[in-house]
Amino acid sequence: MQPDTHAIEGLAVTVLVSVGRHPVTGRSRRADQDARGVELARSLPGADIGLLHAGRLDAGNEAALRGYLGMGFDALTLIEQPENSDALPALAEALKAAPPQLVITGERAEQGEGSGLLPYLLAERLGWPLVSGLAAVEDVSAGVATVLQALPRGQRRRLKVRLPAILTVDAAAPAPRQSAFGPAQRGRLEVNEAPVAADVELAEWQFNPARKRPKRLKIVKAASARDRFKAAAAKAEGGGGQVLTDVTAEQGAEAVYKLLKEEGVLR
Amino acid sequence: MSEILRRDPRKEWIARNRLHPQHLEVLAELGRSAGQGAASEWVGPHGLVRRNPHVVGFMGPNGLKRIDRSGVQQGAGGGRAAKAAAQSKPLVEIESPAFLVTVVPDMAGGRLTGHDRDLLGLARQLADADPAAPGAVLAVIFGDHKEDGFAEAGIDRLLHLDGPEVEGFAPEARLGALVAVENAWTPRHWLIPDSKLGGADLGRRLAARLGERPATGVWQLEASDEADLGWSCTARGAAGSLDIQRPLPRFALALAECAEPVSDTRHAASELTLPQALPARLSRIEDLGQVAVDPAGVALSEAEFILSAGNGVRDWDGFHHAAEVLGATEGASRVAVDDGFMARNRQVGATGTWVTARVYVAVGISGAIQHLQGIQSCDKVVAINMDPGCDMIKRADLAVIGDSAKVLEALVALVEQAREEKRNAA
Repeated sequence: MQPDTHAIEGLAVTVLVSVGRHPVTGRSRRADQDARGVELARSLPGADIGLLHAGRLDAGNEAALRGYLGMGFDALTLIEQPENSDALPALAEALKAAPPQLVITGERAEQGEGSGLLPYLLAERLGWPLVSGLAAVEDVSAGVATVLQALPRGQRRRLKVRLPAILTVDAAAPAPRQSAFGPAQRGRLEVNEAPVAADVELAEWQFNPARKRPKRLKIVKAASARDRFKAAAAKAEGGGGQVLTDVTAEQGAEAVYKLLKEEGVLR
Repeated sequence: MSEILRRDPRKEWIARNRLHPQHLEVLAELGRSAGQGAASEWVGPHGLVRRNPHVVGFMGPNGLKRIDRSGVQQGAGGGRAAKAAAQSKPLVEIESPAFLVTVVPDMAGGRLTGHDRDLLGLARQLADADPAAPGAVLAVIFGDHKEDGFAEAGIDRLLHLDGPEVEGFAPEARLGALVAVENAWTPRHWLIPDSKLGGADLGRRLAARLGERPATGVWQLEASDEADLGWSCTARGAAGSLDIQRPLPRFALALAECAEPVSDTRHAASELTLPQALPARLSRIEDLGQVAVDPAGVALSEAEFILSAGNGVRDWDGFHHAAEVLGATEGASRVAVDDGFMARNRQVGATGTWVTARVYVAVGISGAIQHLQGIQSCDKVVAINMDPGCDMIKRADLAVIGDSAKVLEALVALVEQAREEKRNAA
């Protein structure tokens, strides 16, 4: 099925991008989910895509941000902010000044607090609807976007959301294209100034490299030695399951069908 | 009614005498079942426990009396034994709580998930920290549910919001309901699972709406004198690469295994209602329902519904057809894979994939220990098998003894018939 392309002409999309962190080397890179968001925006035909980043500009960050430019963009708008500042007011002001139809971003940052709250706070401040965890945007027409939300267990849910809206991208979205080196170097970083709001609370917290979480112990609360032995030599046991013997195939199938229906796994 | 227990010696005598013509009637009157005969232990009229040692035990196969003290024989109905165990936990009732700890469980598939139970355990930690002024745990659940263990999970108060507007994906309606909860009772703590099943989304929406900064990814809690609420927490940050030590705020989104689930006590789980009806609101997000995904494309380890085949399956075409019609992901036991009927990546068990399905249908699988280990975390197991004595039947919640090919065929016919009726009705 071809998406309806005629109505999307001139659809203004802003992708909020951040500086990511490679999970193994710890070097800065383009953030995985944000890059998927850029890829998702690129898949919308006729979309007019702008990249927006709020943060510090230094050598490491610049290389990471140029990674997004290498996905086929001329420019990236950068709102300069010192480290450990609250990016929310600056981003909200920028989006209010030139409101796009769609704002696409990753679910959470790969550096700093990484709470994943920013899209929600932006949505609250702008009064826009928000849909989280997208796998695909199927169609945008007549001010309504039809999107596919990724659910656990590989399931998908189709939603309709009224524009303007904020969409966050799940790891199930299509993988980002490779960043091309030449265009990445040629692209411009348009640096804007914005008022700075310091994040006071964050400064009081302690940050440590993540400790390995303790593995949960199997606690056996047994009254007698026999119970303790049974728990130690456990064989998986349902206990009290219903057993249908001497039934016809139809009766058996009926019982199974009833259970499947109750569990809601049949569509 | 008077408190004094009255005995009827004549009836007791009849109850002891199996040959008496009125034996069964009297047993029924005294509330005992026929197989059980007379009770072995009862409270006498003066409060003394009386025992009748003659009725304990059962006759063994060689005609000797056997006594099984493990309780297996006496509680032959497994369900009854489990229920009795649940009843024997002490009931904790908190009449006038000093504060409320609100938990919004995910209730995936209409039941409390393991994550929800961990969170309720955490909520109990917060509520029971000060025995002089205990708090109550309030759980807010949306839509229909199939859970009957709210009391054992540690819930004191239950707010069940039902209705078409909160069914499915309705973040705006649910958010409105939670804001109403906040306005009505102002809980001291809000605990929400930081999970993809909906908790992460709803919790962040709520915190943003109420203008509070939540702690996300919380996995550890410690009492602390410096913090406002008396607790500090450790939370994962920066895509799981940092641990953040911070005071516990009012809103916390916690990870799985953040605390031990409640296991020793029973709680009241009394129903609450909101003081005001929820205002009707226009939703800007419309749920068009779940999309059919190709079940074969779903990874076996995260599939929700698995139809698994073993050595007992002869009609492989019928099996594949059944999986297609039911919309189930296909799995297999090791034997079926070794014999070349299924691909290696479909093998379930300790040597293959550990599955987490909600419903697991084992067709012709006897249940080797490795296989049973692989399906440990499945909620409902259905076995279709010829052999009534195999281990899979013991594990299964529902077992059908019979020819698997015929049962599957009948099941497929049922499903197709139901779909046909639905289509005709629509």
